Amino acid sequence: MSETFEPVIVGFLCNWCSYRAADLAGTARIHYAPNMRPIRVMCSARVEPQFVLKALREGADGVLIAGCHPGECHYVEGNVKALRRYVLLKRMLRQFGIEEERVQLVWAAASEGTVLAEAVDRMTEQIRALGPLRWYDSVVVPASGSLIGDDGRESAATRTRTAKEK
Amino acid sequence: MSEERVGVYVCHCGSNIAGTVAVDEVARWIGSQPNVVVARDYKFMCSSLGQELIEQDIKEQKLSRVVVAACSPHMHEKTFRSACQRAGLNPFLFEMANIRELDSWATDDKEAATQKAKAMVKAAVERVVHHQPLELIPVNINPNTLVVGGGVAGITAALELAEAGYHVYLVERESSIGGHMAQLDKTFPTLDCSACILTPKMVDVAQHPNITLLSYSEVEAVDGYLGNFTITVRKKARHVIEEKCTGCGICTEKCPKRVIDEVFEAGLGYRKAIYRLFPQAVPKYPVIDMQNCIYFQRGKCKACQIFCPTGAIDFDQQDELIKFEVGNIILATGYDPFDARRISQYGYGRLANVFTSLEFERLVNAAGPTGGKIVLRDGVTQPQSVAIIHCVGSRDRNYNEYCSRVCCMYSLKFAHLVHERLPGAEVYNFYIDVRASGKRYEEFYHRILSEGTHFIRGRAAEVTDAARLPGEEGKLIVQAEDTLTGRQRRVPVDMVILSIGLEARHDAKEVAQKFGLGCDFNGFFIERHPKLDPVTTMTEGILIAGACQGPMDIPETVAQGAAAAARVAGLISRGTVWMEPVRAHINPDLCSGCRICNTMCPYNAIVFHADKGISEVITALCQGCGACVAACPSAAITGAHFTDQQIMSQIDGMLWDVKPQAKAEVAS
Repeated sequence: MSETFEPVIVGFLCNWCSYRAADLAGTARIHYAPNMRPIRVMCSARVEPQFVLKALREGADGVLIAGCHPGECHYVEGNVKALRRYVLLKRMLRQFGIEEERVQLVWAAASEGTVLAEAVDRMTEQIRALGPLRWYDSVVVPASGSLIGDDGRESAATRTRTAKEK
Repeated sequence: MSEERVGVYVCHCGSNIAGTVAVDEVARWIGSQPNVVVARDYKFMCSSLGQELIEQDIKEQKLSRVVVAACSPHMHEKTFRSACQRAGLNPFLFEMANIRELDSWATDDKEAATQKAKAMVKAAVERVVHHQPLELIPVNINPNTLVVGGGVAGITAALELAEAGYHVYLVERESSIGGHMAQLDKTFPTLDCSACILTPKMVDVAQHPNITLLSYSEVEAVDGYLGNFTITVRKKARHVIEEKCTGCGICTEKCPKRVIDEVFEAGLGYRKAIYRLFPQAVPKYPVIDMQNCIYFQRGKCKACQIFCPTGAIDFDQQDELIKFEVGNIILATGYDPFDARRISQYGYGRLANVFTSLEFERLVNAAGPTGGKIVLRDGVTQPQSVAIIHCVGSRDRNYNEYCSRVCCMYSLKFAHLVHERLPGAEVYNFYIDVRASGKRYEEFYHRILSEGTHFIRGRAAEVTDAARLPGEEGKLIVQAEDTLTGRQRRVPVDMVILSIGLEARHDAKEVAQKFGLGCDFNGFFIERHPKLDPVTTMTEGILIAGACQGPMDIPETVAQGAAAAARVAGLISRGTVWMEPVRAHINPDLCSGCRICNTMCPYNAIVFHADKGISEVITALCQGCGACVAACPSAAITGAHFTDQQIMSQIDGMLWDVKPQAKAEVAS
């Protein structure tokens, strides 16, 4: 283990804008923090809240969702759908005590390699300042049984438990 | 653990990857991971030798999955998919890890880059074991094409396709084709008469057996997908029976109602209530303007009907809905000129002798309202001095940041025309830069310079009629900072021409919605690739040509029209095209019929079967965005090649070194 904490960020990049922005950043040799591990999706609207929860549960310190600018979506308005979901997800994450900076949504057009690179740099610094999330240790383990199943969805056990509590 | 046998190939890409990522270490490590039976690193995986390596392993090692860690999938995914296919492996059982653009090129921290590469390769392995063999989807292409917009772009595209032997439906909103080009007087830099070069093409359109011209019509609805669109067009009532009309023009002559022509003459001239857009209009049939027709407003008159020698006037004619099928659609909807009223300090609409460039085009046009005489708003006085203000509404953060690309050149043309028609008149060009970047454009600029036009480098701050200095009385004064001399200038002139820029059509967003494509911030349609694919869009089967894509001049517009037609002709001649199978599918057993996905789909590709209470994806309409997959509360929708399982496994792989389990193992 190195002295300084290196955050691990999972980045969901849409195929048409932000993944191409990341490609462009590389091609232009724009250097940015190597802490973001990219996953390509066709559209930011494909990013299910469960993906974000899964990543945080499995040890990521932050999640970046990147899409096309509103109005420039390859699928007309998938990014707007992503935004709506993001707002709801953030409300839930707030209740879990997850800091705002850990999950971010950014717009990066295919021509905006610098925008994406700067977003990754900024986010890495913010999360480095926050420290590791260790969500598994703090949330998942203390609860009896897993809150979130292996597939990232609510497990049957949890569902019955919450039902009983009600 | 799955039974799949995965081969992993880590590319050096010369030193592009190997210079930063310890590729041998990545390959060695991944070779020890579950499911991986072969792991190699190689200088250039995309070379024929690299590809043969994969093919050989697939056959000899009985690989059922392949991962290549190299460059961006946008670069070489196709290459390696083909290699898999050649060796008998379904090409979708392949996954690429982009450790060049997204890793080695983006950092010089070797340790971190290697760690990130391991995560990306591990994620690809975890993902690829869940891949399913997929087949490309065949789509038959209907050989008919719809061209929307009858400007020079649409005319070119329609003629190219018709000449190639394919049928074209050309839909034009106005009563005649021709577009903005028909309004122009001369074209730069050759000073050809615009109408002289355009009207023969318009006539060709009207006479071509392969073109169905639907003028005074608008596309009402678009259904379907590449190769199989159903189009509904509203043919607005002209109140003139086209089959009977000979285009003699007696109706227009006899019509007692005179109206200001806001469209073609830009408000400078008059037309009748029954009129043709301009004398050379194609088709030649007139149209009745119901808002101004005395009969439609007051129930009396019918002069046109009384005098029509063929009985072609039909006051009861109704709009007609026409349905037809096409395989491809070319949008050539053009631009709107910038509304100069928005810049109040230039006084357009308030100061009589401030003209827009489009008005000036009509003024200098021999077929225009003044017969080509350059006169002030009073209709008689010839100006002794003219100021031309460039970049009105362009290159201005308050309006449009972009350059409209044609204004410099037409401003130079105006300067020339003023010199030609009014010898002795002074012409002042207020410019920021003169952008003369086309073939023989710079030479044209030099020619205008030598004709004695004054060029003042500076954006005009104001146009006013408030005289302050002697000699300014009764004049318009253009105030600007001459940035070359660093002085404020006040130039009194008789006439001001505002070189207005080009904007996206006011209804571009609605059109984009109707045809299922995207608009950029300025409202221009987004092309598939700004450099390499300027005439196709992200929506298969929908192409764009001309100024609806961005400001451009006539040669570029024509080139785009022809390019779009060539693209379409290529698809038609292939007959069948193959589409990526990245599509959504609804499991009918899991679907609860909640219909959340119905509204999610931007392409209306999901239909609800009320009888069965479930939704279904029409595969051919689906573009594979996955919005419905993410939204489905019953997890009934699967997005092929981007399934929940595939992405979840990829997340697992990405976090292999920080996973709670991994940490526990380290601790124990």
